[in-house]
Amino acid sequence: MSTASTIPAFSDLTVGQDIGSRSIAVTRTDLVKYAGASGDFNPIHWNEAFADGVGLPGVIAHGMFTMGAAVQLVADWAGDPAAVVDFQTRFTKPVPVADTTGTPEPGALIEVSGAIGALDADAGTARVDLTVVSAGQKVLMKAQAVVRLA
Amino acid sequence: MTINPDLQGRSYPAAEVYDVGREKIREFARSVKATHPAHFEVDAAKALGHSDLVAPPTFAIIVAQRADAQLIEDPDSGIDFSRVVHAEQRFIHHRPIVAGDRLLAELHVDGVRAMGGGAMITTRAEIFALAPGAAGSREAVATSTSSILVRGEGQ
Repeated sequence: MSTASTIPAFSDLTVGQDIGSRSIAVTRTDLVKYAGASGDFNPIHWNEAFADGVGLPGVIAHGMFTMGAAVQLVADWAGDPAAVVDFQTRFTKPVPVADTTGTPEPGALIEVSGAIGALDADAGTARVDLTVVSAGQKVLMKAQAVVRLA
Repeated sequence: MTINPDLQGRSYPAAEVYDVGREKIREFARSVKATHPAHFEVDAAKALGHSDLVAPPTFAIIVAQRADAQLIEDPDSGIDFSRVVHAEQRFIHHRPIVAGDRLLAELHVDGVRAMGGGAMITTRAEIFALAPGAAGSREAVATSTSSILVRGEGQ
């Protein structure tokens, strides 16, 4: 969980180094909350019949929910969320979220891990490459966050 | 419905100001399961050198998608929102977004590429903050680039 961790020292980092991992449990309620917070009310993220009707495998998470939740690993590692100066991804697979309303079970799990992909000593930045998997499939590709450490 | 190929190169000027509030930062942070105290406690944000609560790294999507809506809702664009899939996204932060910012977004359509019966459309929202006190003065805050795939029939 969150603690104001110490900010990593650029000189201590090496390419390939792991920054950690976390597992994000997702429910339909989470998608409704994200819709409200973001203003993205596309019904494919909350209405099963609508999602099925447009050929999706049921209700799917907003790509931006997955992107926004995945980067929290980096923000916490960096010690300051504002240190993330550049963040990009491709959305390659949808994350279907089962309706588990009324049970303690999540509707999907998103597994996030990160490693240092590149270091730029002149800019004082580290690129963290994220691996983001749900139900055994990579759901984000080229998920890269550039962190300013100096 | 076909996508209008003349969209490429089109720009939509900044429409309305988006006022970044503390509770919106907290709400958005919770919604992406962010727990860093700089999103929730002003003192924690100030301890890191920020003037107020810091927005999460993807917060700019709120402003960018409002700007995108101008294109998607433009009857001339030919875009059916129910067939839109988000394909790529990038944020470049020129400086952090903090509570109290008054943001504007200019939208640029950088690319339109036919794909099967549909199209891939790349938009860029240039997000600025109105500088307090100085009328008309702007500060570059973030650049959000989105590629959306508009699926054709049978895709």
